[in-house]
Amino acid sequence: MTRTLSAPVTVAFDYTRSTGPVLGRFFTGLRDGQIVGGRTSDGRVVVPPPEFDPVTHEPLTEFVDVAATGTVTSWSWVPEPVKGQPFDRPFAWALVTLDGADTPMLHALDASSPDQVSTGMRVRVRWAEERVGAITDLACFEPVAGLDGVEPSEPGPDRARPQPRNEAATEQSRSADVSGVITPVSLDYIYAASPEESAFYRGLNQGRILGQRCPTCQKVYVPPRSACPADGTPTAEEVEVSQTGTITTFCIVNVPFLGQKITPPYVSAYVLLDGADIAVLHLILGVPAAEVRMGMRVKAVWKPEAEWTYSLENIDHFEPTGEPDADYDTYRDHL
Amino acid sequence: MRDVAVVGFAQRQMAEFDGSPTCVELLVPLFAECYEQTGWTRRDIGFWCSGSSDYLAGRSFSFVQAVDAIGVIPPVNESHVEMDLAWAMYEAWLKIQTGEVDTALVYAFGKASAGVLRRTLALQLDPYTMTPLWPDTVSLAGVQARAGIDAGAWDERAMAEVANRSLTDAEKNEYSIRKGGSSVEELLSRPVYADPLRKHDCSPVTDGAAAIVLAAGDQAREVRDRPAWISGLAHSVDPISMGTRDLTRAPSAARAAAAVDLGGVELAELHAPFSHQELILRRELGLAEDVRINPSGGALTSNPMFSGGGIRIGEAASRIWSGEVSKAVGHATSGPALQQNLLCVLEGNI
Amino acid sequence: MAKQPAAVVGVGQTHHRAKREDVSMAGLCREAIDRALLDANLTLDDIDAIVVGKAPDLFEGVMMPELFLAESLGAAGKPLLRVHTAGSVGGSTAIVASSLVQAGVHKRVLTVAYEKQSESNAMWALSVPLPFNMPVHAGAGGYFAPHVRSYIRRSEAPTHVGAIVAAKDRRNALKNPYAHLRNPDTTVESVLASQMLWDPIRYDETCPSSDGACALVIVDEDTARASANPAWIHGTVMRSEATTAAERDQVNPQASRDAAAALWKQAGITNPIEEIDAAEIYVPFSWFEPMWLESLGFAEANGGGWRLSESGATAMDGKIPVNCSGGVLSSNPIGASGMLRFGEAALQVRGAAGEHQVDGARRALGHAYGGGSQFFAMWVVGSEKPAN
Repeated sequence: MTRTLSAPVTVAFDYTRSTGPVLGRFFTGLRDGQIVGGRTSDGRVVVPPPEFDPVTHEPLTEFVDVAATGTVTSWSWVPEPVKGQPFDRPFAWALVTLDGADTPMLHALDASSPDQVSTGMRVRVRWAEERVGAITDLACFEPVAGLDGVEPSEPGPDRARPQPRNEAATEQSRSADVSGVITPVSLDYIYAASPEESAFYRGLNQGRILGQRCPTCQKVYVPPRSACPADGTPTAEEVEVSQTGTITTFCIVNVPFLGQKITPPYVSAYVLLDGADIAVLHLILGVPAAEVRMGMRVKAVWKPEAEWTYSLENIDHFEPTGEPDADYDTYRDHL
Repeated sequence: MRDVAVVGFAQRQMAEFDGSPTCVELLVPLFAECYEQTGWTRRDIGFWCSGSSDYLAGRSFSFVQAVDAIGVIPPVNESHVEMDLAWAMYEAWLKIQTGEVDTALVYAFGKASAGVLRRTLALQLDPYTMTPLWPDTVSLAGVQARAGIDAGAWDERAMAEVANRSLTDAEKNEYSIRKGGSSVEELLSRPVYADPLRKHDCSPVTDGAAAIVLAAGDQAREVRDRPAWISGLAHSVDPISMGTRDLTRAPSAARAAAAVDLGGVELAELHAPFSHQELILRRELGLAEDVRINPSGGALTSNPMFSGGGIRIGEAASRIWSGEVSKAVGHATSGPALQQNLLCVLEGNI
Repeated sequence: MAKQPAAVVGVGQTHHRAKREDVSMAGLCREAIDRALLDANLTLDDIDAIVVGKAPDLFEGVMMPELFLAESLGAAGKPLLRVHTAGSVGGSTAIVASSLVQAGVHKRVLTVAYEKQSESNAMWALSVPLPFNMPVHAGAGGYFAPHVRSYIRRSEAPTHVGAIVAAKDRRNALKNPYAHLRNPDTTVESVLASQMLWDPIRYDETCPSSDGACALVIVDEDTARASANPAWIHGTVMRSEATTAAERDQVNPQASRDAAAALWKQAGITNPIEEIDAAEIYVPFSWFEPMWLESLGFAEANGGGWRLSESGATAMDGKIPVNCSGGVLSSNPIGASGMLRFGEAALQVRGAAGEHQVDGARRALGHAYGGGSQFFAMWVVGSEKPAN
């Protein structure tokens, strides 16, 4: 038996980002096949354009189209790509100063081995097949064939000269500027329970509700804790508590929400199990929601054993025992 | 300014912690060690501050349960930063400087192994133009390392020298998870991993936690014969953009250095998660050749997220307590490619 | 050693909305920052250090967003701190910023707190499913509703008090040009007629989900002299306890009571209801107004709070005006909500609250709480420099 229980979990959401005017201008350009830099107060053309000037702190307002070709100023090799990167095979990250820009931008560089990549090499943009107005519209950089290692064709101050504007692209972008991007963020974790929680979940897997007593204050915690929150001492002595208890307080959930597993309306209640000093949160069924009361006596109703996992969800819900309600004074200190 | 000293320090570091990402289990024994070192109980602590990250843990409010480890009846004067332990310590130092409290215990924790750390950290980048590409930490450090190699600021040999010294020193550190130096030649003969980096140029993924105790004036003197007095504490941040920064430099580290007195420093614990970053920091801090660097083995041999910086301060403090040195500096970094830097100068005599 | 005097000389906030699709995160923060700096008659170049606060990073899907925001916020080249203490964070952040001045470390500190909740879904971010854990709650409302029920039972409150508070705050919001909810037709009756979401909490008794930011400029005594109306900081306090503990009082938590007692002592206040002229209290669900009134010592425990709210004493023309800005019930960019309370308190004692100004307010309370009613941050600001 492992010391603790663990299981994979994915934390994922497609974030909807509003871009504001500066980044919107940049993404509009990408959608239209044009890379747009911003001119900062020191005269430099920066790609992507910063939203605010680094010196004056004013919003950036001057935009400059730059070329889709440029020069690698630094790079590194990715032997083992991680999920979501532009390639799922080895590739390079490169800082590329596009012709017409004064500072480099970071993106992927398509190469089959590090031997094919060098600082100073000439590269060009490879556009994504479908462009939506996002940084991924720029699929990657790729080497400019035959020009590897050759000096940029426009050295010196000329490179900062603005490129001729692509009027067609400008017209298009005026009609519908990009103002938002959707960014999926999905992270995979292995979630582990603490040793005390693991004991609790293993107990549930056997149809038992296990707590532990704090050696300092003698309170019985369900689930047990790595530290008693009152004293900072780990709970230790195992105590099996009753499967019957008292509703201390509750609410009736009528609202649907993202990720909800139970269809509303339902009663979410704190149940103080007999023998425990802290209430657990669970569902109350087997009684109309409007009849649930503070002080109501309830008992655990388990799912069929075949469905048991390592979770409080093994208890499907609590339902009334039919006993008289508990006196308010017996649970008033648990509110 | 009040005289404030580091008087307690405890740490746990491991390659893989198999417990909950709330790390309460790790914190309880750390606090016990701090109480033992100081002779205090939790009720003698005037202020608490912690550092951790929700994205490292993979859940919101991951720091909330950590206060259980303190035992919070009665409730405590407490705060939390989504930053490294070193900045939690900074907030506590401020609190002591206001005169509101005289003592503080700060702690931090992180279970980096719960996810894919180098990928998780891509969420620290510009969310519009960088994160959607998922640039990983190791690659960004590689881009920085090559910029320095190309500029002639350092070379692969200098990087290997850092790694070899760190791995050798780590043999004496029970908490280091990677140790065993050999020779610069042997390290250079190992395969390049994320060109131009070899694996030993990169800090290992580390789980762990650490705690630091601060005390003012006489309360510090009561705890230790030789408290590690904080004679300088400063930090600064640079823009995140990899394109507009000179990657061979760390201006925020230089600014922090200018705000403190590093003269006479005998020892530096530098939070350099990649070997070339130590070289950048040595330059920015203007450290003389004879300054002892990272006797603990440093972050290259063990780098628990969110406590790795604070541990540098704790390691430096412990060498003041022992009398090994009289003046030391602890450094912490945060963000990609040394974006944010903090320096804490510690002295045995004030 | 005494704290160095510190004062708020600039307050700025955004127009709070469900979705601020016209701005990026940086743009949102700068809208508040630029207003605060204008108010303070300072520029970003005058600022020594910046303190950023916001609630969980999962809301916007950026880990430690202050790092990417550093340059846009004018923090590059300066010390930058990031605070996160759950819902109380806006208040805690203002307190950390104050301590930079009170410690004598800096003279001019900018602090900003924000949340751009429209980038994701708050209910999701607050209740990301975890293995082994059983999801029962429905976000924050589902968490707090049982404790509201406990309060009603314990204090024997009539059930319409929550509606009185909600209608009052929504009417106050009409006087606040920055407020998110601006519905001129809200009445006690309309609140009572709204859907019961988390019984006993109705839809109109809950806060909205907002995009917004708040910024403050906090300065030392010398700098404050240049301001016509500084809000002097008379006391700051933070207290924390556990989310759950055996026999923890979840209605009137000890951390809240302890924090209030420490705050009044620091500020030299012995009778809060007589000595505080306006209070901005963190009330995300209307019932928390009477609950916190009791916990803060404005009213007797177990019933004094709802009697005060029911009597109209917390209205703008009442004995203790609460949330003249419309409060969290009218605008809730979570990470900024606490700082908005602190900032609105400062506006009151500076006589700068515009239409929702309480005449002659001299001392005001800013209050925030977070987690499961377990993290508390509060301050008292005054029009006069404190004597101590």
